[in-house]
Amino acid sequence: MSNTSVLSVRNLSVAFATADGDVIAVDKLSFDLALGETLGIVGESGSGKSVTASSIMRLNNSSSATTTGEILLEGTNILTASEDEVRSIRGKDVAMIFQDPLSALNPYYTVGHQIAEAYEVHHHGVDKSVVRSLVLDMMTKVGIPNPEKRIDEYPHQFSGGMRQRIVIAIALINQPKVLIADEPTTALDVTVQAQILDLMKSLQLEFNMAIILITHDLGVIAEVADNVLVMYAGRIVETSSVSALFAEPVHPYAFGLLGAVTSLEASDRGQLDTIAGSPPSLISLPSGCSFHPRCEFVEFGNGKCVSVVPELRSIGTLGSSTACHLSDDVIVSLGRKAARA
Amino acid sequence: MTNDLALQAIDLVKYFPTGASKILGRPTNSVRAVDGVSLTVQKGTTLGIVGESGCGKSTLARLVTRLIDPTSGSVLLDGVDITTLSGSDLRKTRRKLQMIFQDPYSSLNPRHSIGQIISQPLAIQHIVPKGQEMARTQELMERVGLNPEHYNRYPHEFSGGQRQRIGIARALALEPTVIVADEPVSALDVSIQAQILNLLENLQKELGLSYVFIAHDLSVVRHIADQVAVMYLGKVVEIGPAADVYSRPAHPYTMALLSAVPVARPSERGNGHRIRLVGDVPSPIDPPSGCRFRTRCWKATDLCAQQEPVLAPDEAGRVVACHFPNEVPVSLGIRPS
Amino acid sequence: MFIFVVRRLFFAVVLLLAVSFFTYMLFAMLPADPAALTCGKNCKPDIIAANRIRLGYDKSFLEQYWLFLKGIFVGRDYGMGAAAFSCAAPSLGYSFGQHECVTTLIAQTFPVTAYLSIGAFILWMIIGIGVGAIAALHRGKWQDRAASLFTSIGVSLPTFYIGLLVLFSVVIWLRILPFPSYESPFDNPQAFLQTMILPWLVLAVLSAASYTRLTRNGMLEAMNEDFVRLGVAKGLRQRVILRRYVMRQAMIPIVTIAGLDFAGLLGGAIITESVFSLPGMGRMSIRAVVESDLPVLVGTTLVAAVFIVLANVLVDIAYGYLDPRVRVR
Repeated sequence: MSNTSVLSVRNLSVAFATADGDVIAVDKLSFDLALGETLGIVGESGSGKSVTASSIMRLNNSSSATTTGEILLEGTNILTASEDEVRSIRGKDVAMIFQDPLSALNPYYTVGHQIAEAYEVHHHGVDKSVVRSLVLDMMTKVGIPNPEKRIDEYPHQFSGGMRQRIVIAIALINQPKVLIADEPTTALDVTVQAQILDLMKSLQLEFNMAIILITHDLGVIAEVADNVLVMYAGRIVETSSVSALFAEPVHPYAFGLLGAVTSLEASDRGQLDTIAGSPPSLISLPSGCSFHPRCEFVEFGNGKCVSVVPELRSIGTLGSSTACHLSDDVIVSLGRKAARA
Repeated sequence: MTNDLALQAIDLVKYFPTGASKILGRPTNSVRAVDGVSLTVQKGTTLGIVGESGCGKSTLARLVTRLIDPTSGSVLLDGVDITTLSGSDLRKTRRKLQMIFQDPYSSLNPRHSIGQIISQPLAIQHIVPKGQEMARTQELMERVGLNPEHYNRYPHEFSGGQRQRIGIARALALEPTVIVADEPVSALDVSIQAQILNLLENLQKELGLSYVFIAHDLSVVRHIADQVAVMYLGKVVEIGPAADVYSRPAHPYTMALLSAVPVARPSERGNGHRIRLVGDVPSPIDPPSGCRFRTRCWKATDLCAQQEPVLAPDEAGRVVACHFPNEVPVSLGIRPS
Repeated sequence: MFIFVVRRLFFAVVLLLAVSFFTYMLFAMLPADPAALTCGKNCKPDIIAANRIRLGYDKSFLEQYWLFLKGIFVGRDYGMGAAAFSCAAPSLGYSFGQHECVTTLIAQTFPVTAYLSIGAFILWMIIGIGVGAIAALHRGKWQDRAASLFTSIGVSLPTFYIGLLVLFSVVIWLRILPFPSYESPFDNPQAFLQTMILPWLVLAVLSAASYTRLTRNGMLEAMNEDFVRLGVAKGLRQRVILRRYVMRQAMIPIVTIAGLDFAGLLGGAIITESVFSLPGMGRMSIRAVVESDLPVLVGTTLVAAVFIVLANVLVDIAYGYLDPRVRVR
C-alpha cells in the first residue's frame, strides 16, 4: 500500500491559538492515499475535516496555527519544505476545489485569465497563444459549452454549476497528482451536483489522480469514494472501505450517522434515529473518548470510555479500523444492525 | 371538504421588476419568480415543496406568509383571504401563520435574550395574560427541547440546532395553525437535522399543526411530507402524495431530480440507470416557450415548445404538467415501495 | 458603455441646472436688498437705484435667473453708455464688492486651490493607502496599532487647530520655513514649494486617516475571500495575490470616496486656505460671505457643484471599469 501511495499523512496535529486557549482541531491523524484512489472524509462541522485539507496545502494561517507531524507528498515533507517549494507544489502537484463556487473565483478577471494564471505560474515563458489553446481545451474537458466565447467572460456571467466547472478547470490544468475537494457540491443544486460528481469521476480516470473528498453528505461518499475516514472532534474514529462503511460500520458515531440519514424511500415515516446532543466544543473536549457523552453504548466500554482515549485498531474482516473501546464482537454486531436499519 | 383545508393558495403570481430602460429607468422586464401556483394544505398534514434554486419556492413561502404581496392571486387561511387584509385584521390572522427560517442565527436578534425573543410575540399579540409570559415562554422552551433555565441566555451561546429550536419556539408562541418552514434543516449537521425533523413531527402530532415544508433536499422532504409539490421555474410541475411522487414520478423533471440524488444506502441503489440533465435552469426573466422544462428534457418535441402543458391528472391519476408523462411503473435507481 | 456615459452626462446637466436655480434663489430669499450692498458706505438712494438697474436687480427673480443662465453661455453686458461694461462668456455675474467679473475672480483664485488640492490629494492617497496596507499586512502587530493611533488622531483633530499649530511651530518657533506668502510656481518655484509644503502635508495627513482605515479594512476583508485562498492554492506569489486579488477589491470603495473628496477640495479648501493665507477660491468665498458679495458666492457654489457632479460621473465610470459586475453591457 505504502509503495503506491502518493500522499502519506503521519500523526498530523493542528492546534489553533484562540483567545480562550489552544484548540486542537486535528489530533494525530494518519492516512495514505494512492494514485487513482478517492478518499472520503466525513464528519460534522468542527470535526477537523476542512483543517486537514488546508494543512495538506499548508494554507492554515501560520501565525495562529501550529502544525506537527508529517505530510509526505512522494517523499517530500510539505510541513518542513521552504515557502518556495510549497508554492511550487500548490496548484501543480496538489490542487484544491472549494465549497462555494460563487465566491471562489476572482470577480475582477475573466475566467480565461484565471485558468491561464494557474498554468503560467508553474510554466514560465510559455507562448500566450499556446496557453490560450490549453485553457480552451481544459474548458471543453470540464464541459463548458462554447468555450471560445466564454473564455473572455467574467465569473458573474456564469451559473453556479458552470463556475464550479471553471474552478475544476483551474485545479486540473496542471494535471495534479492529488485533488482536494472540500464540499465541492454542497452549494449546488442536486441535478448540478450529479453532473459535477460525474465530471470528477471521469477526469480522475483520465488523469489518474488521487482525490480527497471532504463532505458531510454520506450519499456523495457512497457515490464516489473508495475509502472513508470518519472524523469526530479532530480525531479519526473509523476508517473503512466505502462498501464496509455501509454494510458494517464499526464506530457508534458512524452507526448514528447512518441512522440519521433521511432516505428517498422512508415509507413508514417512523422517527429518525438521532445522535443525542451536539458536537462538542473543541475548547473543552470531553475526557476519554470525545464521543462518549453522546454514545448510547458507553455502558459496554468497561468504564474506559470516560477516561481513556481509544486508539485506532483494525477490526472485522472487511479491513476497517475503529477507535472505540467496545469489544470487537459487540461493535460488529451493532454495526450490522445499524446498517440494516 | 373545504373545512379540512388549513391553507390554500390560488393562482399565485409574483413578478419582480428588473432591468431599466435606457433613458427613464423604468423596468423593462420582470423575473417571473412564481407564475400561477395553486396549492392546498390539509389540516394536520405537511405539504413539501421541492425544486432547485430559482424555482420560486422561497418566494412562494414569502407569498403565503404575506411577507411580500403577490402580483395576483390569493391565499386563504381558514377560508379568509389574507392578501386583501390590512392593519389589525391582518395582524390577527397572520398570527395563525408562522415562519421558520433556514439560518436560525441571522433570524434571531443577537442582543435579545432567548426569553425576550420567545416572549416578545406573546406580549405584542396579548396571547397570555400579563405576568404569565415568562411561565408560558419556559413551557414553550421545554416543549421544543430547550432547558427552560437558559431563559436569560443569548443566541450566540447556543449551537445551530438549539438556535433552530429557539426559532421553532418563537413560531409556536403565537399558537399558529400553519407553519411555513423554509429550508429549516439545510444549515444543520446530519445528526442535528434528524433531531429537528423528529421535533417537527412530534409537534405536528401533539398540536395538530399543518406545515408547508420547503427544501432542496429530496430525502428530507420524503421523510416529513404527506403531499409533495415539485417546482420548476416558478411553476408546479407535479403534485401528489409523497409516496406516489417518489415511487412513480410522472414528470421527467421529478424523475431526473430523484435520479440525481446521491443515495447513501446500498440497498436503495438500483440498476444504475441514471438520468443526467444537461445544462442549467434557464433564466426566469425569459423562460422557454411552452413547457419550461423542455430545454433540458430528453422527451421534448415540437408540441412542448408550442403548447404549455397544464397541471392535470393523467391516466394513472397523477397530477402532472407534462405532455408525455412517464409510464407506470418506471424503473429508477430506486426500489419501488 | 457609451449610452451609459451619455445618460449620466445628461442627468448631470439637469442636476446642475437645478443647483444653479436654487443657488440663485439666495438672491431672492435674502432679506437684504442686493443693490444696497453694492456701494457700502457711499450709498445714496440715487446710486442704489442706478446700480439696481445697472445690475438688473430691478427685474423679476425668474428674469434675473434667465439673464444669469444666458450669461454663462453668451456673456453679459451691464449698464449702458459710458458706465457700460461686459463680462465675457462664461459669465457668472459681477462682483460689486471687488468690481470685477466673477469669472475673472475665479480664474485668478482657482489655480491656487487646484495646486493645493492636487498636491495634497497625491500625498494623502500615498500616505493613506500606504499606511493602511502596512497595517493590514501586520494585523495585530505594532504597525497596526500605530496606524490605528494615526487614524484616530487624524479623524479627531480639526484642520484649523493642527494648521495653526504646525504654522506656529515650524514657521514661527523653529523657523525652518519662511512665513507663507503665495507665489505662482511659474514665477518663483522655490517660494511656491515653501508656501505649499505645509498646507499639503496638513491636509494630506488629516485626510489620509479615513483612507488608512478604508484600505486596512478593505484589504483584510479581501484577504478572507475564498478567491484569495484559491489564489494561494494556485501557487501564486504573495505579491501577485496582493496586487491582482486583494488591492483590486480594496480599491473600489476608495475610488468612490477619493473622487468625491477631491472634487470637494477643488471647490475650495476654505479652512486650509484661510489658515495658510492662500489666495484660493475657498478664501475668496469666505470673504464674499463676510462682505455679502452675493454674485461671488453664487459663482463659487456653482463651480464647486460642477466639480462634485463631474466627479460623480467619473466615479461611476471608474466603477464600471474596476468592477466588471456593474459594467453596463
